[in-house]
Amino acid sequence: MTAYLLKRLVIAAITLVLASMVVFAVLQVVPGDPARLMLGMNASAEQVEMLRSQLGLNDPLVLRYLHWAIGLLHLDFGRSYTYSVPVLDLVRERIVVSLPLALIALALSTAIAIPVGLYSASRRGRAGDVIAMGVSQVGVAVPNFWFALLLIYLFAVWLRWVPAGGFAGWKAGAWPALKSLLLPAVALALPQAAILARVTRQALLEVLSEDYIRTARAKGMPYRAVLWRHALRNALIPVLTIMGLQFAFLLAGTVIIENVFYLPGLGRLVFQAITQRDLIVVESVVMLLVAAVIAVNLLVDLSYALVDPRLRSRE
Amino acid sequence: MTLQTQVPERRLTDAIGKALANRSFAIGLFIALLVAGTALLSFVWTPYDVTKLVIADKQQAPSWLHWFGTDHFGRDILSMIMVGSRNSLAVALVAVGIGMGLGVPLGCLAAARGGLLDEALMRLNDLVFAFPALLSAIMITAIFGPGAINAIIAIGIFNVPVFARVARAGALSIWPREFILAARAAGKGGTAITVEHILPNIATLLMVQGTIQFALGILAEAGLSYLGLGAQPPMPSWGRMLFDAQTKMAIAPWMAIFPGLAIVVTVLGLNLLGDGIADLIDPKARRQR
Repeated sequence: MTAYLLKRLVIAAITLVLASMVVFAVLQVVPGDPARLMLGMNASAEQVEMLRSQLGLNDPLVLRYLHWAIGLLHLDFGRSYTYSVPVLDLVRERIVVSLPLALIALALSTAIAIPVGLYSASRRGRAGDVIAMGVSQVGVAVPNFWFALLLIYLFAVWLRWVPAGGFAGWKAGAWPALKSLLLPAVALALPQAAILARVTRQALLEVLSEDYIRTARAKGMPYRAVLWRHALRNALIPVLTIMGLQFAFLLAGTVIIENVFYLPGLGRLVFQAITQRDLIVVESVVMLLVAAVIAVNLLVDLSYALVDPRLRSRE
Repeated sequence: MTLQTQVPERRLTDAIGKALANRSFAIGLFIALLVAGTALLSFVWTPYDVTKLVIADKQQAPSWLHWFGTDHFGRDILSMIMVGSRNSLAVALVAVGIGMGLGVPLGCLAAARGGLLDEALMRLNDLVFAFPALLSAIMITAIFGPGAINAIIAIGIFNVPVFARVARAGALSIWPREFILAARAAGKGGTAITVEHILPNIATLLMVQGTIQFALGILAEAGLSYLGLGAQPPMPSWGRMLFDAQTKMAIAPWMAIFPGLAIVVTVLGLNLLGDGIADLIDPKARRQR
C-alpha cells in the first residue's frame, strides 16, 4: 500500500514539474514582447528596455523558469500585464465561479449517470435499456456549447426562467448566483453524463457475468442487494477512472461554456488572456488547471486502493 | 486489396452481409458515407453560392427555397453546412492521421523494447494527458495563430498518446503468443515482427480508436472554430456558424439548430461505426472461434 502510494505520488510530482517546463517553454516562443504590449506602441525603446529588465525578462531562461516555478509554489503568480493586479487576485476572483460550476456539473453528471447505468445494466436488452442507451449514444455526440445554446433558447429566451448569461456574483446571495450557474452546469453535465452512464453500464455488465455474482444469487441474495453490494462496488474502478478524466474535460469545457454564458470564470480569464497576450496569466492559470488535473488523477489512483482491497494488500 | 483477391468470393459476401446485419455498423456506415458524400458533393454543387451575400434574404426561416433557412448575411444554411463539412472532416481526419502516424510506432516500440524506454514513453504520455486537451488546443491555436492548419496540429498532438496507449496495450497482448515465438525462432527481428505480425493483429483495434478520435476531433474542431480559433471566414465552419447564431438566437433559432444537428449526426454516425466494428471483432467472440 505505502509503496503504491509513494509511486503514485512521485509520478504525479514528476508530471507536474515536466508540465511546468512545457508550459514555460511553449510561452517562450510566443511572438510579441510583453513589455512593449504593456507600454503601448508610442513608448520609446529605452522605456521598453527598462521595463524588460524590471520584469526580469532579460534574465537567462533557466533563471526565469526557476523564478517563476518557485513563485508558483508560494502562490506568487506575478502581476498581470493587462490588468496590472496580482494574478493571484484574478484567480481568486474567478475561481469562485469556475470551481462551483465544474463541481455542480460533475455532481449532476454522476447523479444522472450512475442510476441510468444501474437501470440499464439490470434490464439489459429490454426496452428501457435500449431507450436509455439510444439517448446516451446521442448525448455523447452533442457538443456542450451547442446544447448550451439550445438551453438558452428554451429557458432564457422562451420561458425566461433564468438569465441568458452573466453572473450575479455571490454577494447578491446564493440563489441568484446558483441560478446563473444552473444552465452552464447542465450544459456541461449532460454530454458527460451520457459517457459516464455508458461506462457504468458496461462495467456493471462485465462484473455481473462473474462467477461470484452467480454465487451470491445462488445463496439466495436478492438481486438488488447483489447489484448494490457486489456489482456496483466492483464496477467502480472504470467508473472512477472516467470520472477523473471527465474532471479534466469539465475544466477545459468551462473555457467554452463560460464564453457562451459570459461567466467571469477561470476559463474566460485564460481565453481573454491568450487573445490579449497576457502570458503571465495564461501560464499561471494553465498551470493551475494542470495541477488540478494531476491532483484529481492522483486522488482517483488513491481511491482505487480504497475501493479495491487487493491493491491495499499488495506489496 | 490484394487480400480481397485471395479471399474466395462467397466468404467476402458473407462477411459483408454479417457486417451489415450489425445495426450499429450499418447505420454508422450509412451516416459516414452520407456525410462524406455531402462533403464531396459540395465541391461541385451546393444549392446556393456560400460566398455570395444576399442581404435581402437575411435570416429567413426554413422554407422550400432554403430548407434550413438563411443566416444574417442571407447565405443558405444548408449550403454552408455542406461546405463546412469539408473543413470538419479534413481537420479531424488529418488529426487522426497525425495521432496514428506518431502514436502507433511509439506504442509498438514501447511494447517491443519494454524496460526504460517503455517507462519513459508512458510517463511522456501521462504528461500529455495532464493537459486538458481542449484547453491546450485553445492555447496552441491562439498562440500560433488561428486557422485550420494549427487546429489540426493542436488536435493531432493529443491524439498521439491515445494511439500510443492503445497500440502498446494491443501489442503487449500479442507479443507472448506462440506465433511470435515462432517468428523469433525463425530469426526475425523486432521491427519485422511488429510490421508483419503485430500490426495486422492490432489493426482493427486501432480502427475502432480511430473512429472515436475522429468523432472527438470533429467536436474539438467545432469548439475551436466556435471560439474563432479554427477555420477563418469566409470559409464556413460548423463551429463558427454556431458562434454567429448565438446573438441571433431569439429571432433566428434555425441558425443554431441545423449546424449543431450536423455535428451531432456526424459524431453519432462515427461513434456507431466504431461500436459496430468493435462488435464485429469482439475479442471474446474471437477467442471462442
